[in-house]
Formats: sequence, C-alpha cells, structure tokens
Amino acid sequence: MTERSVTHTTFVIERFFQVSPARVFAAWSTAEQKRKWFGCHEGATHELDFRVGGRETYRGGPKGGPIYTNETRFQDIVPNQRIVYTYDMQRDETRISVSVVTIELKAEGKGTRLVFTEQGAFLDGHDAPEGREHGTKIVLDKLVEGLEREAHAAA
Amino acid sequence: MFQALADPTRRVMIERLSRGPASVSELAGPLSMSLPAVMQHLSVLETSGLVRSEKAGRVRTCRLEPAALRAAEQWIAERRASWERCFDRLGDYLAEHPDEPESKE
Repeated sequence: MTERSVTHTTFVIERFFQVSPARVFAAWSTAEQKRKWFGCHEGATHELDFRVGGRETYRGGPKGGPIYTNETRFQDIVPNQRIVYTYDMQRDETRISVSVVTIELKAEGKGTRLVFTEQGAFLDGHDAPEGREHGTKIVLDKLVEGLEREAHAAA
Repeated sequence: MFQALADPTRRVMIERLSRGPASVSELAGPLSMSLPAVMQHLSVLETSGLVRSEKAGRVRTCRLEPAALRAAEQWIAERRASWERCFDRLGDYLAEHPDEPESKE
C-alpha cells in the first residue's frame, strides 16, 4: 500500500523578453507557437483549447521512460496580461502533482516581464526518485564536462 | 523520504536534530509518547536515510544526514529547473521570431 503524503510548495520564475506583451501572449495562446517551445519530447501529443474553461493536454516522455500526462484547465485569461490555469501531472497512471499556475505579463520599456508562479501539491513523494536521479545525472554530466575540458587543456 | 517527513512527530524530531545531535531520550522529551513509539519513528527516519544513530554505552545518539535532506528538496528543484529550460526555449523562440503574426487562431 502506498503511504500518503503531500508536500506543498510555491515557486516564482521571472523572465524578461525583448518583445511586446502581445507577442509573448501569442506564444502561450496559439497551439502552433506553443509547440515550438513547450514540449521537448519526440512523439509527444499536444492539444490546446485556449479559452476560460478550455483544456490543454500534453502527453509524452523520454524514449523508453515513463509517459507524462499534463492536463490543464484555463481558469482566467486577460489577453496580453494574465493567464491562470490549474494542471495536474501524471506519471504513467499515477498522479504526482496538482498545481495552480499564474502567468503575469507586464510591459517594461519595449519588452515584457513575465512572472510565473506555480503553487503545487506534490503527492506521495512520487517525483522524488526521478528528481534525484536527474539531479545526480546533471552533476555527473558537469563533472564529465569539466574533466574533459581539463584533459584537453593538459593535452 | 517524503513518507518519512509526512508524519508530524517525525518532523518535530527532524526539527530538533537540525539544531544538533540528540539522544533518544532527548528526542522523546517534548513528545508525549512512549519510548518504543519514538524508537519506531526513529527507525522510519533511519530507513529513509534522513537520520543515522550510534550507540555508545547505554546512550543512542541521533544526527541528521544533510545529504539526504538536500535530496528531498531536489524533486521540487527539478520541476523548477524544467520550467527554466522551457522559458529558455521560449526566449530563443521569441528572439528568432519577434514579428511572427501575433495570432493565427
């Protein structure tokens, strides 16, 4: 039996882009454009119905690895200014997190500041093993990179 | 690990240990439960790798395993990192296509 647990977390990411808020908004609101930057796995499927109450579904994952399903429901949309949505993430058949995401777009000079806030309930520690593995892999990759650079410098 | 941290009693124990090593009876002090019950929580924490303990004479001393705690933060850090990578791609995309029609749909 799975022992149940919930970890709550909030994190905020800010970015600045040298284009108008309308341009950034379009990259989120049109399926064709969103696919260019959002999904990163080959063979992933993506559907977007961008309106309040509409849904977005993303399904994909690394080759030979688990399938991630990301199901979104848009809760609030203010064109060129704000998008609020809820989404849950499943790994294969297991729900691993449920979140509220708020995207705020603010005109700043000729560009746009994007403020992304995710408030999530992470369930039963399911993200843990893989996150750890992935984190470890990044560290190892960096180590190999550093060693190779050193080897080149020495040669 | 998160199962180990999910229990309020075990979080109290972790909090106490974050201030430094403690004996089992020191850990049990603020908790209103029997010593065997405390030992049981301790064994969950040890199994998860969060805590280790050593017995010297009749006293068992417990301490935090900091590397394990860092791992606990790792999975949320990973979610954040995957968004950061996403926004890197968004930045690249917008830089390459600053004037693409703003809406086709």
